[in-house]
Amino acid sequence: MSIGVDQWVETADSRRLGPSGWWGRGLHRWKSLPPWGRLAIVVALAALVPLFASDFIVRVGVNALLLALLAVGLNVSVGWAGLLDLGFIAFYGFGAYAFALLSSDQIGVHLPTLVAVPLVVVATGLLGVLLGLPSRRLSGDYLAIVTLFFSQIFLELALNFDRLGVDLTGGPNGIAGVTPFHLFGRSLSSPTSYFYLFLLVLTVVVTALFFLERSRTGRAWRAVHDDALAAEIMTVPVNRVKLMAFAGGAAIAGLAGSLFASFQLGVYPLNFQVQFLIVIYAALILGGSGSLPGAVLGGVVVAVLLDLLRDPGQASAAFYGVIVITLIARVRPWRRLGAIVGATVLLGFIVHLVATTLWPSAFEGEVESTGRLASVLDSWIVVPTEPATAGNWAYCALIACLLALPLLRGWRRDALVVPTLYLAAFVWETRLVGEPSITRQLLLGALLVVMMLARPQGLIGTPRVERV
Amino acid sequence: MSRSLLELRDVSVSFGQLKVVDGLDLSVEEGEIVSLIGPNGAGKTTVFNLITGVYTPDSGSIHLDGTSIVGRPPHEIATMGVARTFQSIRLFLNMSVRENVMVAGYGRTTARPWQSIVRTRKARREEHEERALAEELLSFFGQRLVGYRFDQPAYSLSYANRRRLEIARAMAARPRILLLDEPAAGMNPQETHEITALTSRLRDEKGFTVLVIEHDMHVVEGVSDRVVALDHGAKIAEGSFEHVALHPAVVESYMGKGATVTG
Repeated sequence: MSIGVDQWVETADSRRLGPSGWWGRGLHRWKSLPPWGRLAIVVALAALVPLFASDFIVRVGVNALLLALLAVGLNVSVGWAGLLDLGFIAFYGFGAYAFALLSSDQIGVHLPTLVAVPLVVVATGLLGVLLGLPSRRLSGDYLAIVTLFFSQIFLELALNFDRLGVDLTGGPNGIAGVTPFHLFGRSLSSPTSYFYLFLLVLTVVVTALFFLERSRTGRAWRAVHDDALAAEIMTVPVNRVKLMAFAGGAAIAGLAGSLFASFQLGVYPLNFQVQFLIVIYAALILGGSGSLPGAVLGGVVVAVLLDLLRDPGQASAAFYGVIVITLIARVRPWRRLGAIVGATVLLGFIVHLVATTLWPSAFEGEVESTGRLASVLDSWIVVPTEPATAGNWAYCALIACLLALPLLRGWRRDALVVPTLYLAAFVWETRLVGEPSITRQLLLGALLVVMMLARPQGLIGTPRVERV
Repeated sequence: MSRSLLELRDVSVSFGQLKVVDGLDLSVEEGEIVSLIGPNGAGKTTVFNLITGVYTPDSGSIHLDGTSIVGRPPHEIATMGVARTFQSIRLFLNMSVRENVMVAGYGRTTARPWQSIVRTRKARREEHEERALAEELLSFFGQRLVGYRFDQPAYSLSYANRRRLEIARAMAARPRILLLDEPAAGMNPQETHEITALTSRLRDEKGFTVLVIEHDMHVVEGVSDRVVALDHGAKIAEGSFEHVALHPAVVESYMGKGATVTG
């Protein structure tokens, strides 16, 4: 029996070589599940976390769910409607401050949670319409600049409102003493209860957006993203649809803001700086802009990474782990990998031996990693008595090596990899581990660079095609 | 006097010093297929942009079935019954074939976002109808855009199929008049032949009134009830294909002064 051309094309996906083995079979079975089945499995697995995890892990989980919620909200205006909205953090901040005002001693108002939260969500949505107005005329870079201005204005207002007669925001001190959520007759106090609340809210929001994406509204958003003029000609009121996207994203940000304010029991201007806006964008782009599960996954991955990197021990484990995994994944054949690793280890011991024998007084520093890893590294890495200066120079040398690597071919490149690896470990121990706040941003940046080179569409996004 | 479906009276528009459309009168009757021809830069596409509301005329009036549409936003004019395709195809490349067609149902449907979220009966019914309509319109082109194609992204289509999809999308707006901007551009002879047949089918089977811009004279000859020739934004000839094709002003605008057509 012969097969028609159309059937041939139709079955193209199944003929394409996918991952094989248990991973491939699992992936295939996962994809053949209905959407609600996948959602149920993910939610059930997430709900198990607090049963086994420590309080610290549960807090990390709450942060992850918060970032996922924010990424999902940002996905509405950026991922679907294609509006580069850099004012998103202002909506988040506005929601948090508005909730704080309605349930603290700041102006003496204490509304019930179930009244305050809807009020905040609606108010933030309306603010979204207001700040979305420039999108009627502007798009792309121009819209980004204008909305970035809104972010800054919000921060300045929060910082300085205490000097304008009525003290609404508490200025640089923020608003402390926000009452926690009070639901079903009890106050939420433990991280675990907030974890389940965040999980519930995220599930509801994702489900709602899932249906919205497939409705006329969702189609209109994506059509405006692809070609605004064609959408307008095809009966879509482009300006109104853009404002709806702004309002939808803002309302979700407002919801996230009120959850955050009550979880943190306070709001402070520091929480709403542009740095955090970049983290939300990083989460969305890493996960896959335009994809609902992508936004959730990106939010969770980025939040967990940032929290892991806060602790020097875990950060070191992650750092060396990534290097080892990358080497194993990218360097073939095994002989070559063995040569590189062996040479690197050897280089370390030789440098250590030579340095400590010739100038013992100059290398009395200690590695900054902790735990079992540190005792191994102590006899391999040399740490100067003044690590900062040497670390800075080594950092420059490391960047030079990294830039030189792609220019070389063959054995020369392999030879350069060896000192590069040693330099990386040296810089890490002397300079980076001690400054987690900077290091985590740096590593997140590196991760994004690698991601954008390897998978520009994000972890589970679909590649986009632009009109030429 | 019977009222024309589409009526332009003394319409002019300038871009800076350049008068692109100059005192144009044009009417299209219900059920007609009218071709708009003219050399490059004659202002044909600008006429489409004026009718669809992308540009607003400096002077003159445009009526759709007796209602003035000058100054209305394009999406409103589209909802009133004017749909078009583009000379350079403008699809929603990252959406599926079926979704591309369903977008054009926006003006006709009314489900609010919250109704779509909680899936009210009305929202589900509308969605179901739009989906069925889209699939029916896509089957207008035989087997090319149906079945597994429904869910493929528009960017995966061939050039000719993209043109077909754009026509299906315009049909999904349920227009009273369909404006086709060079549907045969870039098509091979066989596909051009098919477009000729298709344009007639649009009227005969689907009941659309059609205003078409076309350069291919075989297509123009094959489909037109009436031909209107433009040059420098003004009408230089109007009537049957034979009348317009041999009209001295038309020949001059295409070939230059002093040219004659024999045979």
